[in-house]
Amino acid sequence: MTEPSLKASVPSAKAAVAEPTAVLSTEQLLPMYRMMFLIRRVEESLLELAESGKIGGAMHTAIGHEAAAVGMAAALRKEDYLTCTYRGHHHSLARGMDPKRAICEVLGKAPGFAKGKGGSMHFVDPSLGLMGANGIVGAQVPHAAGMALAAKIRGEDRIAITFFGDGAMYQGVMHETFNMAQKWKLPVIFYCENNRYSEMTPISRTSSVSDLYLFVRAYGMESMQIDGNDVEVVYDAITKAAARARAGEGPTFIEGITYRLAGHMAGDLETYRTPEEIEMQRAYEPLARLHQKLLDRGVSEEELNKIRAEVEEEVQEAVDYALEAPWPDIAEAYTDVYKV
Amino acid sequence: MRKTTFIQAINEALREEMRRDERVFLIGEDIGYYGGLFRVTRNLLEEFGERRVIDTPISEQGFMGMAIGAAMVGLRPVVELMYMDFYLVCADQIFNQAAKMHYMTGGLLHVPMVIRGQQGGGKRYGSQHSSCVESTFAQFPGIKVVAPATPYDAKGLLISAIRDDNPVLFLEHKMLYFTRGDLPDEGVEYTVPIGKADVKREGKDLTIATFSYTLLQALEAAEELKAEHGIDVEVVDLRSVTPLDMETVYTSVAKTGRLLAVHESQANAGIGAEIVARIYEEAPYLLAAPARRLGMAPASIPVSKVLEEELLPWKNDIKATVLSMLK
Repeated sequence: MTEPSLKASVPSAKAAVAEPTAVLSTEQLLPMYRMMFLIRRVEESLLELAESGKIGGAMHTAIGHEAAAVGMAAALRKEDYLTCTYRGHHHSLARGMDPKRAICEVLGKAPGFAKGKGGSMHFVDPSLGLMGANGIVGAQVPHAAGMALAAKIRGEDRIAITFFGDGAMYQGVMHETFNMAQKWKLPVIFYCENNRYSEMTPISRTSSVSDLYLFVRAYGMESMQIDGNDVEVVYDAITKAAARARAGEGPTFIEGITYRLAGHMAGDLETYRTPEEIEMQRAYEPLARLHQKLLDRGVSEEELNKIRAEVEEEVQEAVDYALEAPWPDIAEAYTDVYKV
Repeated sequence: MRKTTFIQAINEALREEMRRDERVFLIGEDIGYYGGLFRVTRNLLEEFGERRVIDTPISEQGFMGMAIGAAMVGLRPVVELMYMDFYLVCADQIFNQAAKMHYMTGGLLHVPMVIRGQQGGGKRYGSQHSSCVESTFAQFPGIKVVAPATPYDAKGLLISAIRDDNPVLFLEHKMLYFTRGDLPDEGVEYTVPIGKADVKREGKDLTIATFSYTLLQALEAAEELKAEHGIDVEVVDLRSVTPLDMETVYTSVAKTGRLLAVHESQANAGIGAEIVARIYEEAPYLLAAPARRLGMAPASIPVSKVLEEELLPWKNDIKATVLSMLK
């Protein structure tokens, strides 16, 4: 058994998108900073609630993954379809889900978007294009391709994006979907959040392929590896992939290198990595980097503090709201089995 | 009215619904250019084009998942599984995804799709191409299951399935494909409701509740029991497995006092066990004698003609069971 060898820095981008060409303005980046911090604080609050025993089941936070979600939300239209894995709080919040309803859902409370029936692993809101987070690794990926197929059948301008982790790359359904999506030139973006651990096992211990974006090259699919912790890089890559998709040029596979700063799920013992490794990765995490980027652009620490204070208040309010919120009516246990 | 085959009835249902509703599309293996292994989808590619009649690679998980995604955003896919046994290849997509989607999203999403294809024994296809699968599906709330036995019911139920807002499993039996029956003229619209049984033969001595191909076997058995033993069997065609129309069964048993549930799939933990359990729970007072079920013995389906015939619970087994119940 060998220790996982993680590179000290984020691997350099190897393909098409090395440097952002569509640099965002400071005015565009400030709300993205706000959203990233909001996601971070919601996730941290949920972990605290889990530790205090208020959340049952499995909950997977995206601390460290925020750039993928926030870059995506800025790059796509609200009507574009999105599916994602059970690590999907960040995508939903970035697309505009109310933190109150999100936290209620995780706690199983009545004001949750799914009345507490879906919980942490099944974030969904069709009005925001959120067509379901999924509890089965990889299962949401053909759904997004099917939504892209629907858009193509209807002749619509919509596209679909699906998020999954490095662990999903080894599910057969992924490769079935890649093949059909490329063959039929479907308007879909496959975004792999490669945090380098498939649940608790480093992919280096189980994968025959080290650069995941190379998998789809056999299908002839456009693919690239990017710095998934730089929100501008993510924004740029998804913007270009979306333009290709809308132009009928077919799918794009984006491997965004990232790192999960918290455990795989609440309660993860994290015996598979050292505190030093996590500490080392903090230098590359997306929120700290955007913070520094904004300071470098002349935004004052005071202004950023103000944004953070507002977010702290909003998240605390949402947590308080959710803790006080009522449980669902028990009659709801029997509803929504069939659509009538 | 005219006589058509079961295959023709399904083909007409698909064509008429595709003409009526542009959201309906077909996806599956060899369904377009080839017209389907059993020719069920023949000539549909020519009329509706490649956008709506989609030939897939052999990727059941992938195309089942894509159909679910398309349904989640409002299209109405009809997915063909070439052999119903292949549902196991894409079981996650059917059961964890399609069946549960409406519930686990608190009603925000729904999956209006049909999964159709042929199943069953009798043609010597062996263990992996002959299973009858309804009981597994019946374990998953959220999905409806229909299994017609006549061309009329097949067309009417398939139209209902396509118009339903939920995933519907539509089971065709390979032994039914070339059977013929009355069908209203093409273009004369009618539907058969999901979840409604139909009495296919009236009788006074014993009720057989069944569906799919064993319905035809039960009807033949009933004729022979009448001719040979003077026994008058009533045959209830359940037509749907989920939801199960027990009211029609109870109405029949109120008359006959005896109930035998028959299906080709495994007797163990099957729909017959469910039907018998329900009558004991809900209406035991209707029974003059113990209710029974008849299904296949615990074995896979073999290829050899004599071994397959031995196992399939068809006419002779039905007759023997009825006689033992009336001793």
